[in-house]
Amino acid sequence: MQENNIPQLDRRSFLKISSLVSGGLVLGFTWGSCTKPEDIIAMPNEWFDMNGFLQIGDTGMVTIMSPNPEIGQNVKTSMPMVIAEELDIPWKQVIVKQAPLNTELFKRQVAGGSQSLRQGWTSLRTAGATARQMLVNTAAKQWEVDAATLKTDNGYVLNANGEKLGYGELASAASGMDVPSSEEVKLKDPKDFKLIGTEVSNVDIDPIITGKPLFGLDYVEDGMVYASVMRPPSFGSSLVSFDDGKAKAITGVLDVVQFGDKVAVIASSTWAAMKGKKALTAEWKSDNLESTENHNKILKGFLDGNKFQTLRQDGDVKKAFAEADKVIERTYEAPFLPHNCMEPLNFFAYVTDAKVKLVGPIQTPARTASRVAKLLERDLKDVSCEMTRMGGGFGRRLYGDFALEAAEISSLTGKPVKLVYSREDDMTAGIYRPSTKYKIAASIKDNKITGYHLKEAAINSNMSKRICNFFPAGAIENYQVDVAKYKSNITTGAWRAPVTNFLSFAEQSFFDELAEEMGVDRIQMHLDLLKKVEGNTDESIQYLPQKLAGVINLVVDKSGWRKAKEGVYQGFSVYYCHNTYVAEVADVVIVDGNPVVKKVTCAIDCGIVVNPLGALNQVEGGVVDGIGHAMYADFRFENGRANHENFNTYRMIRMNEAPVVEAHFVKNYDNPTGLGEPTLPPAGAAVANALVKAGQERLYKQPFIQSIELVG
Amino acid sequence: MIEIDIFKRTKILAMATYNLNVNGTTREVNVDPDTPVLWVLRDALNLVGTKYGCGVASCGACTIHLDGKAVRSCAVPVSAVADQKITSIEGLSENGDHPVQEAWREHDVPQCGYCQAGQIMQAASLLDSNSKPSDADIDAVMSGNLCRCGTYNRVRAAIKTAAKLS
Repeated sequence: MQENNIPQLDRRSFLKISSLVSGGLVLGFTWGSCTKPEDIIAMPNEWFDMNGFLQIGDTGMVTIMSPNPEIGQNVKTSMPMVIAEELDIPWKQVIVKQAPLNTELFKRQVAGGSQSLRQGWTSLRTAGATARQMLVNTAAKQWEVDAATLKTDNGYVLNANGEKLGYGELASAASGMDVPSSEEVKLKDPKDFKLIGTEVSNVDIDPIITGKPLFGLDYVEDGMVYASVMRPPSFGSSLVSFDDGKAKAITGVLDVVQFGDKVAVIASSTWAAMKGKKALTAEWKSDNLESTENHNKILKGFLDGNKFQTLRQDGDVKKAFAEADKVIERTYEAPFLPHNCMEPLNFFAYVTDAKVKLVGPIQTPARTASRVAKLLERDLKDVSCEMTRMGGGFGRRLYGDFALEAAEISSLTGKPVKLVYSREDDMTAGIYRPSTKYKIAASIKDNKITGYHLKEAAINSNMSKRICNFFPAGAIENYQVDVAKYKSNITTGAWRAPVTNFLSFAEQSFFDELAEEMGVDRIQMHLDLLKKVEGNTDESIQYLPQKLAGVINLVVDKSGWRKAKEGVYQGFSVYYCHNTYVAEVADVVIVDGNPVVKKVTCAIDCGIVVNPLGALNQVEGGVVDGIGHAMYADFRFENGRANHENFNTYRMIRMNEAPVVEAHFVKNYDNPTGLGEPTLPPAGAAVANALVKAGQERLYKQPFIQSIELVG
Repeated sequence: MIEIDIFKRTKILAMATYNLNVNGTTREVNVDPDTPVLWVLRDALNLVGTKYGCGVASCGACTIHLDGKAVRSCAVPVSAVADQKITSIEGLSENGDHPVQEAWREHDVPQCGYCQAGQIMQAASLLDSNSKPSDADIDAVMSGNLCRCGTYNRVRAAIKTAAKLS
């Protein structure tokens, strides 16, 4: 079997560029490490470009560009760390800057799919190693020795006599050197890493904790105006007419412009824009107002029927079911989910004849710039895009709909526009995690699982062909995955760990019930199934069974599975997604008669852990996010409108409800895989399975609070 | 013509001048009386450390101190402030070295970072009135501060460290 191939390396990024992109730096730079006066290296008088990723100053200070958008997954720290490692400099000499969009210099400036480190691994290392080689070659020339006799150590090149030259001294000449060939550039043996694998603070910790401007919402520019937009109140509505008389009377409101079914209020402050928008009145006509009740009927109808697209078919599940001793069948249901990034959607755009300037929180700057160019019928080279730090992404900011709106409003008004969504605007703006139902059936014969039939009925979109090749594909002889979808006017899209964020719950709850039915040990059942996959030559199988077994064994070891104290009820779950393997055990206790999730122990195989501090944050974050939504997120539609618009009624997990999370990483030297998403999918089932042990009923629906009392 | 006059007069009357004590300095602003302190700070004074998350006092991202007590600035109209001292995250310490901020560094708390100023302001207020908070105390005071990224365990650990540092 194979894991997804890493794309071919591209030398664009580390060819010598005459000057690093300068005009694009939005909000300053940050030190790599927390600074103490004695650690501060003198600011350089001159900077020398080594390649698109890094500049070295004449004092030895190094500026590293962080290429990818930062949504809180901390690639702004980990990606520069990888470069710094291969460059061989102390972290405290590093300044990190957020790179703007630059498709010449950087590949895949995207935050999504938990792929930044995985796909950037080799090119980041090569960028650092190439610059290092150029410094070595420069020193070799100066000392008139063979470059092969030289070493580097923490910002110095050393020769066989113990003499050394600092990178700062060499930088000027080095930046003029030929770029070495790929044969000449050697990457470090991971066993020799000095920085990767050590705990490094978030590069932005100082500006974050002192309230410096960082986020899209913080961006300001001279002459900037604010826009607040009235959008259709329900999915299926369109604008008939509107009245802006009261809006225009509000102090600070400058203008009101319609674009399509939307009306933008332009004002000199955010508050005036929001007030102005609230003062608009409008007449809407409604075409097709959908409801959750109707969706439920339709999706259930799909599951009970036989109109599916078959994504994968091994053996003959029909025959296996016909010959079975027992058939177990269960249905699992999940609602739409809004992303609710803490920073509401917003974007800045300034459209002039000369150029189109875009600044803001966006997970897909290249695609968005392209779409804006198309919308405005402008040359792509006239469009610039700077990525601010984002107050969360979770997949919502993959979609640049808000950037397109800002660009259109700027184009219509001729002004630099900051478009701001209120929380209500944000929660009702769509592109939700689609409402989904699973029906899973398994056949049991001679107390073995002989067939497994997974059916998915979802709003708008189904699982990809990749996901149907996850476990238990390859582990069960007769295996079939069928999908069906209903096209709704409620918009949907990727939500942290798309599809797997609920499929994992269904699957891992189902296996729990299977083990119970069969009277076998849950863990052993899984390990036995995985053993059957070893040696399978089917290249479409996406996971490595020994790695799933590895995290299972590690979590059993670390969670006290089967050895839990009296009153601690444990639930297990294991999942592979986004190239990473995760097993979780949730501990539930009863407090005053109510179940409380006390702790979740995680075992993870993500290859080399670049920054343990950042990694732990992602593991915890994924678990808390997964549990929070599984337990509380109640989001339904009636007449095309959602039942919640803000946090005063929509319940999200809070500190008193969050479990302690423990993370254990499988130690190996495999190339890193991502952590932004993988710990979220298994979390819901781990908790649900623990709740059963604690005497609660089996849960088939999310949010859990629809079925049981849950308290923090 | 009369209509236009009425609107013009309404516009002029709507703004008012306030002299606010912000982070130890008197700042003059000319805003609508109903403008929440949140937006006075962010837009009129360009102090963007205080964040907008919900506008209905349900997420805590906008937390500031009024005369040293934590409040949700999205729910306080500027007309209600008078001469109370406003402290925003920018004014919590001179050099970013409030014990809570030091503890935040030690535990590397933030993920996206957007809620963190509000968390810090709330935590600072907690420690001001309770120098040795228990887990239950922390739960009670901090559960109004949402963290979408799930940094709760680190926030708790940082509060406990800050308690020791104070």
